[in-house]
Amino acid sequence: MDGYRIVRDRSLAEKIREYWIEAPMVAKKHRAGQFVIIRLHEHGERIPFTVVQTEAEKGLIRLISQSVGKTTEEFTDYHTGDSILDVVGPLGLATHMENWGELVVVAGGVGAAPLLPIVKSAKGSGNQVHAIIGARSKNLMILEDEFREVCDEVRVCTDDGSHGSKGLVTDVLRSWAAEGKKFAFGITAGPVIMMKATAEAMRDLSIPGLASLNPIMVDGTGMCGACRVTVHGKTRFACVEGPEFDALGVDFHELILRNRAYRKQEMEALDHYHSEGCRLLKAAQELAHV
Amino acid sequence: MSEQKRNLKLHPPRVPMPEVAPEERIKGFMEVPLGYTEEQARLEAERCLDCKNPKCVAGCPVNIDIPKFLKEIREGRYEDAARTLRETNSLPAICGRVCPQEEQCEARCIEGIKHDPVAVGNLERWVADWEREHGAIPLPEIPEPTGYKVAIVGSGPAGLTVAGDLAKLGHDVTVFEALHRPAGVLAYGIPEFRLPRMIVNSEIDYITRLGVKFVFNVVVGVTVTLDELFAEGYHTIFIGTGAGLPKMMNVPGENCVGVFSANEFLTRVNLLGASKFPEYDTPILDSRHTVVVGGGNTAMDAARIAKRLNGQKVSLVYRRSIDELPARKEEVHHAQAEGIEFNLLCNPTEVLGDENHIITGIRCVRMALGEPDDSGRRRPEPIPGSEFVLDCDAVVVAIGNSPNPILTKATPDLEVTKWGTLKIDADTGATSKSGVYAGGDIVSGAATVILAMGAGRTAAAAMHRYMMGLPRPLRQMAS
Ligand SMILES: Cc1cc2nc3c(=O)[nH]c(=O)nc-3n(C[C@H](O)[C@H](O)[C@H](O)COP(=O)(O)OP(=O)(O)OC[C@H]3O[C@@H](n4cnc5c(N)ncnc54)[C@H](O)[C@@H]3O)c2cc1C
Ligand code: FES
Repeated sequence: MDGYRIVRDRSLAEKIREYWIEAPMVAKKHRAGQFVIIRLHEHGERIPFTVVQTEAEKGLIRLISQSVGKTTEEFTDYHTGDSILDVVGPLGLATHMENWGELVVVAGGVGAAPLLPIVKSAKGSGNQVHAIIGARSKNLMILEDEFREVCDEVRVCTDDGSHGSKGLVTDVLRSWAAEGKKFAFGITAGPVIMMKATAEAMRDLSIPGLASLNPIMVDGTGMCGACRVTVHGKTRFACVEGPEFDALGVDFHELILRNRAYRKQEMEALDHYHSEGCRLLKAAQELAHV
Repeated sequence: MSEQKRNLKLHPPRVPMPEVAPEERIKGFMEVPLGYTEEQARLEAERCLDCKNPKCVAGCPVNIDIPKFLKEIREGRYEDAARTLRETNSLPAICGRVCPQEEQCEARCIEGIKHDPVAVGNLERWVADWEREHGAIPLPEIPEPTGYKVAIVGSGPAGLTVAGDLAKLGHDVTVFEALHRPAGVLAYGIPEFRLPRMIVNSEIDYITRLGVKFVFNVVVGVTVTLDELFAEGYHTIFIGTGAGLPKMMNVPGENCVGVFSANEFLTRVNLLGASKFPEYDTPILDSRHTVVVGGGNTAMDAARIAKRLNGQKVSLVYRRSIDELPARKEEVHHAQAEGIEFNLLCNPTEVLGDENHIITGIRCVRMALGEPDDSGRRRPEPIPGSEFVLDCDAVVVAIGNSPNPILTKATPDLEVTKWGTLKIDADTGATSKSGVYAGGDIVSGAATVILAMGAGRTAAAAMHRYMMGLPRPLRQMAS
């Protein structure tokens, strides 16, 4: 196996890149809501990425990566023509889709990525699709244009007011509802803390719906249980029973704490990566001088 | 020495297996048993009584001709001994290391009735190692391609056996594996200090040289279905997907940070190199006291790995007594020698965590053995009021695995039992779906390497007969 080739890559926002990767078997099978697990190289870890879009005829899948740790940081050094060692999928269940009528999706940061295929699919199922996209600031917002192409209405907000309204996605959701808008269903994705707040707002506003969870995963096939989440008091394996669960039943607090389990090691890995990079760079420079 | 002149009345003691000392071996992942020298192997083989009616052969799930290969060792005909092993066992270097011989061949050994049984496992290992170290394992003569295509789902010992057997018969074999590396439990489950990667790799290499193709990162049922494989031109399919779904304890607090399934713990270390973090990217928690729950091979492996991560304190919690520990005896001894504390006759009731949901301990209750249960073992029952807490910062749950339902759920025409295992015809391994065969843990539930191989062997023979009864493939007729 020589890996899976990157055929296009570009920057979407600060520290956020997209990749189109040749993975024909995944491209053929993927449905909205499903993800892949990738491993960059022989020493790499297995990490999940939502499949944002596919071009099945060309055998391509589109992934969006925000650099937050060692692996995602290293991923930013991969470009068109490079290959990543492993891509497996499509994993997880496809989003349960029906015609709810008025659907709202609430995206925080890169949470826009998993929601893009879902809004497309929801639109295809006849829904009126409304989107709220939030980010910390303008330079971190992604996919807004693509959401606008599909959705009936898109509202954006930033923490610092640099784009759209100033405030949180939950502020937008509550004020939209206060205008008299009745949402029949909601789907949210993004940082866990943001999904937690969104789920609370959904509960207040009596909007049932789903949250697309992002726990730590290893195999992605139900074999390890690293991805355990508690939903309505029951343990579920997010990689095979999710990644979407009843937003009103998820124990977000537990998920936040579980996602922090390797924080110390993540910092260490990043440090190691940077110092290793510096060492190699220095060695290369020294060689160049000789 | 000629066979006639052997003095069998001396009953010399069994040649002990040389091992790395516990203090030394817990510093790393080096293999613990060092293997016999040639002299030791000859000496041990001398102990065989060469019984007229050898019971050991019947005790071996694949019926290796044990007296024959021991005789070949005695006569210095090591290549012949290797060939004898390979006649019925395609993975001898692996079985010599991981089979529970004390329950199989060695349990039936006549010499073992009054004295120590002959160390068949150690000798099997020695021959297989000798073969590997003396040049590549010779390839059998492979007949002309038959033109039939076989898909194997899962690359554990069951799948590898079928792949090897059918490739040797001239079929075109492709193995589809969900993970990024082959060999199933042999790669992600059993640690290096019991089964060095090099041994597994050389077996994979042999199977590859037989012409078998491997495709990784394919979760059959999801990435591709069985019907799609048939549509792609495969004539028959073998399912050897194992029992990869971890059982959890279902006690409060089990989702605290620091509680792992054995599968996760083992996979991080064995498959992903977490013991070499940060050189490898996969981390493992840096704990001070790990409690492993369970008493099988998986529990012993997890405990011994935990010990090797940083020399920490490691305790085992098992609900029955030492006599019921299902792990291989050798592994129990190794674990004890390595300083693993055994808490027998106790069972977890709760995982305790702090305000950050980080594990701080595990509450257990003491157990007493009551009446025998269905398995014939005495049923452990909690002693009221006997709860106690073990302070710890990691728990590994190793209480068993069941079949992963991904493939069976995606294939409604595959009949399953209420345990989620596949229903097969015992003589052929045929499932309820035409052209589809199965064997190994996916049929038996979590069992052993040798049983998985034996099941693979049965299925391979039936699959061969099935294919040869099909109309000749067009490709073949054209040529
Ligand atoms: C930690 C541990 C220690 C053990 N120690 C011993 C021992 O000392 N001695 C002994 O005899 N036995 C031991 N066993 C048991 C033994 O390893 C198993 O019984 C044996 O490996 C079963 O073989 P198998 O081929 O059926 O399945 P497995 O070895 O489980 O292999 C199944 C393979 O199929 C793949 N797979 C699963 N689903 C799919 C899918 N849908 N598509 C594609 N691929 C798929 C899996 O990734 C895996 O690689 C141990 C088990 C464990 C977990
Ligand atoms: S990631 Fe291993 S079970 Fe979900």
